[in-house]
Amino acid sequence: MKKRFDIIRHRMWFFILSGTITVAGLVVFLTMGFNLGTDFVAGSRVQLTLNQTVNTSKVRQMLDAAQLSVGPNAITVAGTKRHTAVIRFSTVLTQSQLAKVQQLEKKTFHSTKYSSETVSPIVAQTTSKKAVWAVLLASLFIVVYVSIRFEYRFAVAAIVALLHDAFIVMSVFALLRLPIDLPFVAAVLTIVGYSVNDTIVIFDRIRENQGIAKPRTFGELERMVDKSLWQTMSRSINTVITVLIAAVMLYFFGGESIHDFTFALIVGLVSGAYSSIFIASPIWVVWKGKQMKDGRKDKLTPEQQTS
Amino acid sequence: MKWGRFLSFLLIVCVIIGLTAGTSFQLWRGVRLGLDLQGGFDLLYKIESTPSTGPVTQKGVQAVLQAVQMRVDSLGVSSPIIDLEKAGGQNEVRVQLAGQFNQQNAENVIGKTAQLRIYGPKPKVVSGKTVPGQYVVDKSNLLLTGKDLKSDAHYSQNQLGQNVIDLTFKNKKKWAQVTKKYLNKPVYTYLNGKLLTSATIDSIISNGQTQLSGPTSGPDAFTPQYCQTLSKELNAGALPYPLKLISSNSVGPSLGFASLKATMWAGLAAIIIIFLFMIVFYRMAGLIADLALVAYGYLTLGTFSGMHVVLTLSGLAALVLGIGMAVDANIITYERIKDEVRNGRSIQSAVIAGNRRAMRAIIDANATTFIAGGVMYWFGHGDIRGFAIALMISIVISMLTAVLLSRAMLLLFTKSNIVKRPWWYGVRKGGAKS
Repeated sequence: MKKRFDIIRHRMWFFILSGTITVAGLVVFLTMGFNLGTDFVAGSRVQLTLNQTVNTSKVRQMLDAAQLSVGPNAITVAGTKRHTAVIRFSTVLTQSQLAKVQQLEKKTFHSTKYSSETVSPIVAQTTSKKAVWAVLLASLFIVVYVSIRFEYRFAVAAIVALLHDAFIVMSVFALLRLPIDLPFVAAVLTIVGYSVNDTIVIFDRIRENQGIAKPRTFGELERMVDKSLWQTMSRSINTVITVLIAAVMLYFFGGESIHDFTFALIVGLVSGAYSSIFIASPIWVVWKGKQMKDGRKDKLTPEQQTS
Repeated sequence: MKWGRFLSFLLIVCVIIGLTAGTSFQLWRGVRLGLDLQGGFDLLYKIESTPSTGPVTQKGVQAVLQAVQMRVDSLGVSSPIIDLEKAGGQNEVRVQLAGQFNQQNAENVIGKTAQLRIYGPKPKVVSGKTVPGQYVVDKSNLLLTGKDLKSDAHYSQNQLGQNVIDLTFKNKKKWAQVTKKYLNKPVYTYLNGKLLTSATIDSIISNGQTQLSGPTSGPDAFTPQYCQTLSKELNAGALPYPLKLISSNSVGPSLGFASLKATMWAGLAAIIIIFLFMIVFYRMAGLIADLALVAYGYLTLGTFSGMHVVLTLSGLAALVLGIGMAVDANIITYERIKDEVRNGRSIQSAVIAGNRRAMRAIIDANATTFIAGGVMYWFGHGDIRGFAIALMISIVISMLTAVLLSRAMLLLFTKSNIVKRPWWYGVRKGGAKS
């Protein structure tokens, strides 16, 4: 076998890397907060697809005519051709106000592609509560399942990895000021599913090798896990590549409405593949290694352990 | 070379390709598209209790759903979706209407109650004395309500050319008695709390019929359109509880269609690249995986159309992700087979052993993701729910196709002994020995 990069031996670097990202993410959360979409904050959102490049001041004039004043950042331009104007109102518009906007749009821009979204506080609150509960409960159920099929250490390590991935995606969205809405929640839940899926396949190999190699010392344990990681490496890479192909294609060429959704997926998929290999498995090694008595001494002479 | 096995392998291939090519277009048309794909709007109503209605009961909620169903039907919308949602102990009714029509009108018809009440008269009293021949409304004497109406109210014009609504009472005798008792006296018809008419009854009506006439000008003028809307509201009957609109979301159809088209093309391109990737990496085995993927796509579409699942944009994304998971199952197996070949096994025994050893990882990995999907379905609503359903369906079908079907095909192909070089399974030349 060729000499390969010893992932487990260098675990400190990965812990430091992920720790740094986590701290940076926390700083971003605390200083900037999230850009919550209409699904979570009460209000109305109107999307106008014009047959021309959006002129923000013209849209603003139109809104002034409707006696609907909006904040300085309320109008955003979207779309590949920059034809879409998204207007965010902090208050819930009435049916007649919405009708007026639609009417004015027709008059000003001669366009009829109009869509609006209105969410009242009650719905927004139940939605956000549901989302948080879904993530926590999904984690809990996964812990139970993995504890039954593997052991609790594997379960906890897998959950740390999946929370790590969900956290990174949220940090990126907070940093880039991308909207947190219901599709985003679906994306995070997918990432949670993918991350754990990916981790479990690697853990399955560790579980199997553990039965064959029966490591007694910390060094043996390290070698066994490292070997397992490399045995599953081409599968890990090939799988994430195929899923990324789909996500990237949807990101660049898919519909406007799933743009942020697929972006979250891409970030999460990369993070999920990374955390399964470089975070989940080392965590398990460190924890499991606590059982082994002569771990330290053995670690100094790894050449004695041949696999 | 065993021709029997190879022919059965070819038969499976032909069945997959034939079925998909022959009927997938039809299947696709049977799949219901969500509002974000075909346009329409989504209304969320809260069922409210008032002192006069009392607390919301299970039976009452069913009555609301029935009434809403009737009202939506009267709009003539194709395949509406009416769902009861229990959010935080509150009863909510979600109505999704696809297509483009007058939203304001639909909202009125669904949420509003046309409350018809007919009261009896009492003598007019001026400074302690009754005025003979003059009457005022006696609100303590409720004679009939909208509940007594048959749902056949319709707009017509009377002899004078006025716009009127023809009504029939369910109980002919009751109406006959009312007209008999108040002959030559007025009865007072109130609509939604407003006095509509105070017509004097000039004959006993025994056929249970009557006509409603109203103002000719003003916001509630009896225009033909207003009469038609009002008839529908009356026909729908009274709602047991008032409905409060708490959220509405409308999507322009052309916007959804453009998104759908772009997403479909992107999905197709992604699938083609994934197919090529699998063939390049795993050769014949990759081709088998691709065929299993075709079967996966076909069965998923079939399930969607059979189970009447509404496909939304995020559901579509979940399907594409499901393809990724189905591919993963094959990759896990093929990497195992490669391992076995490298360990010196023959192709046949490597395929058998690889399949067996990959099974546990695939089951555990899919089960955990399925659990996540189940929790999403359990807790989410709307978009998240659609996504969760798509995810769970795709996991189950990927287990059937990417595991069982792909495995059967691979074993048949291998046992047919048509190829012997490990190259056909993506194992590099030197790889078999190390």
